[in-house]
Amino acid sequence: MRWQDDPVLEVEHLKMRFGGLVAVNDLSFSVGRGDITALIGPNGAGKTTVFNCITGFYRPSEGMLSLRHDDGTTLLLERLPGHSISWKAKVARTFQNIRLFTGMTVLENLLVARHNPLMLASGFTVFGLLGLPGFRDAERQAVEQAKFWLEKINLIDRADDPAGDLPYGAQRRLEIARAMCTDPILLCLDEPAAGLNPRESHELNELLLSIRQDHGTSILLIEHDMSVVMGISDHVVVLDYGTKIADGTPEEVRNDQSVIAAYLGVEDEEVEHVEAEVGL
Amino acid sequence: MALNTPHAPAITAAEVTAPATGAQIAAALREAGIAALLTLGLSIPILAFKTEQDQANALYLQPRWGMVAAACALIFALRFALCLRAARRAAAPARPKAPASPALQKLFGIAVPLFLGVAVTYPMLATLASGGLGGARYWIDLGILILTYVMLGWGLNIVVGLAGLLDLGYVAFYAVGAYSYALLSTTFGWSFWLCLPLAGILAAFWGIILGFPVLRLRGDYLAIVTLAFGEIIRLVLINWVDLTNGGAGISSIPRVTFFGVPFDSSEDGFASLFGIPFSPMHRMVFLYYLILVLALITNLVTIRLRRLPVGRAWEALREDEIACRSLGINTRNTKLTAFAIGAMFGGFAGSFFAVRQGFVSPESFNFLESAIILSIVVLGGMGSQVGVAIAAVLMVGAPELLRNLDFLKQVFGAGFDPNEYRLLIFGLAMVAMMVWRPRGLVGHREPSIVLTERKAIAGSLVKEGHG
Repeated sequence: MRWQDDPVLEVEHLKMRFGGLVAVNDLSFSVGRGDITALIGPNGAGKTTVFNCITGFYRPSEGMLSLRHDDGTTLLLERLPGHSISWKAKVARTFQNIRLFTGMTVLENLLVARHNPLMLASGFTVFGLLGLPGFRDAERQAVEQAKFWLEKINLIDRADDPAGDLPYGAQRRLEIARAMCTDPILLCLDEPAAGLNPRESHELNELLLSIRQDHGTSILLIEHDMSVVMGISDHVVVLDYGTKIADGTPEEVRNDQSVIAAYLGVEDEEVEHVEAEVGL
Repeated sequence: MALNTPHAPAITAAEVTAPATGAQIAAALREAGIAALLTLGLSIPILAFKTEQDQANALYLQPRWGMVAAACALIFALRFALCLRAARRAAAPARPKAPASPALQKLFGIAVPLFLGVAVTYPMLATLASGGLGGARYWIDLGILILTYVMLGWGLNIVVGLAGLLDLGYVAFYAVGAYSYALLSTTFGWSFWLCLPLAGILAAFWGIILGFPVLRLRGDYLAIVTLAFGEIIRLVLINWVDLTNGGAGISSIPRVTFFGVPFDSSEDGFASLFGIPFSPMHRMVFLYYLILVLALITNLVTIRLRRLPVGRAWEALREDEIACRSLGINTRNTKLTAFAIGAMFGGFAGSFFAVRQGFVSPESFNFLESAIILSIVVLGGMGSQVGVAIAAVLMVGAPELLRNLDFLKQVFGAGFDPNEYRLLIFGLAMVAMMVWRPRGLVGHREPSIVLTERKAIAGSLVKEGHG
């Protein structure tokens, strides 16, 4: 299994406590390089908390999050300051409730994602203020990259429209494109298919597959839409009440008794039997 | 169907112009009656009696029921009219609202060259209009005042308009700049041109000092801490008597020179150097162009910064701070640069203020100044540079008009001074603005980069930021 042989991210004994509430308890899993990994589970299982820990919005109470780059360097995400996770560790994310810069144009949204490279090119504003050519070249490149992504998500005609004017599905795609503009090695998507109709959801699958294929970006996604989860993911991790209850290929997870129990519940007379099987 | 179509428009047209129905009138009368009753209740303690003194110096009450009746009747009539109008509006079919009136857009388009032209030729125009350089003194002085506020507005616009951080203590940086020049020039005898950048650097430094504690604050809390910071600076200036000479202020600050040539009637003075007759107005005109250049530099730098990554990061920060963090923007540094650069321009303006007045005291840097500068930015709207300039002219120039409304004395009596109603009018204007143009004079945002076609962004999509 790729997630065991060549993991891009290893989560080890992750624990996140909010006061008395343990949202994530002793969670360990790995994300394979180049895999599409789905993190699923019922509402309140702690999926988004895991995401927030990985992307630096929460500092885990315990545990280790090690990210391995292609060249073998390992970064411990729980020790990086929040903004370095995107810039140094190359982990990008999207949000469950879309967080675009609604008052800025689509193109501006994508350029903000190139903030750090452009900041370097503009000599931390000094060269840029003087209008030196180095910055202009860097900006042109950033615009080219933005155009590439806009063509990919079919929004090139709306590049100069404010992001807040886009329909919902387009906003979702734009948020993914914006995250991709930071050149991530791991892309974390929090419910990318939420609120999409079946056609849009199918387009999303195509987009995610092409991101993995053309850019070699590993994808970790939280999703409730099983057509997305079962259709494109290589590896599924199931959470319930902050702990991992299953981990494997979509096939394995689909037939896992504890997953079925967590999602569907069981008949009254089977409760004891299933609980014994699950180890409760 | 075919029969119905010609009738349909007639019906809607009839509805629009239809006189108010009986029910509407009754409702409006009831509303107006309630309003009049409220007015009656309010005006009895306020208006109905006036205390007067008789010859024996004893107080007696003079009843003024006529005035109460007039107030009630006025409110009744106004409320009635308003209700009828609202009822008629509600009955009329809703018209789609135009996103931004093209006439207004066009106006802003020609506003920039027009403003620039007027600003550059202003001293000449003032001289021509008042028939001599001496007579133009008042007008040039007013021009300097307006431009100072334009510059302060543009400086604060970086913090409030672009980065969306509500700063109620901006005057502190103005004060830091003014005192920097005052102290450096009187203590060490350094020239204005050396002190100007130093004042800017010192103000930027204080901007960072303010920035650090408020990094985590939002909204009301941010506003209160910045307000307190402004007051702290003023109180330090009052109480640190050894350094700042306290409330008495620092006087005899060296006057501005023409790059080392003084503006006086001596042999080496500006007038004899250029072979023109001496006039004290030369310095005023020079000061005018100095603040014009400083303001334009502020403007150009801000326009440039908006197109640089740092400027986009400021605006992104105003839109969504969490998304900024997820994209690898260091929000701490971004906020600090906004505070520092905004403060730096405040510092430049402050040292200009000191060199113009030749005297600084803490009284010039009270909260009202901060409030005026902030109102200019808010009135301008959407971080727009043109909007701020127009707002500054309105806010600083319009009150000056009040001084010249002598005909009002014939209406209200000789003791009437319209200037005393400045703050009242100011407040009313602000309320009116918030009703009709809640996002400021310029109700749309200009994108900082364009791929194919430049489109203005409607104000409703642009966020106000965290403060």
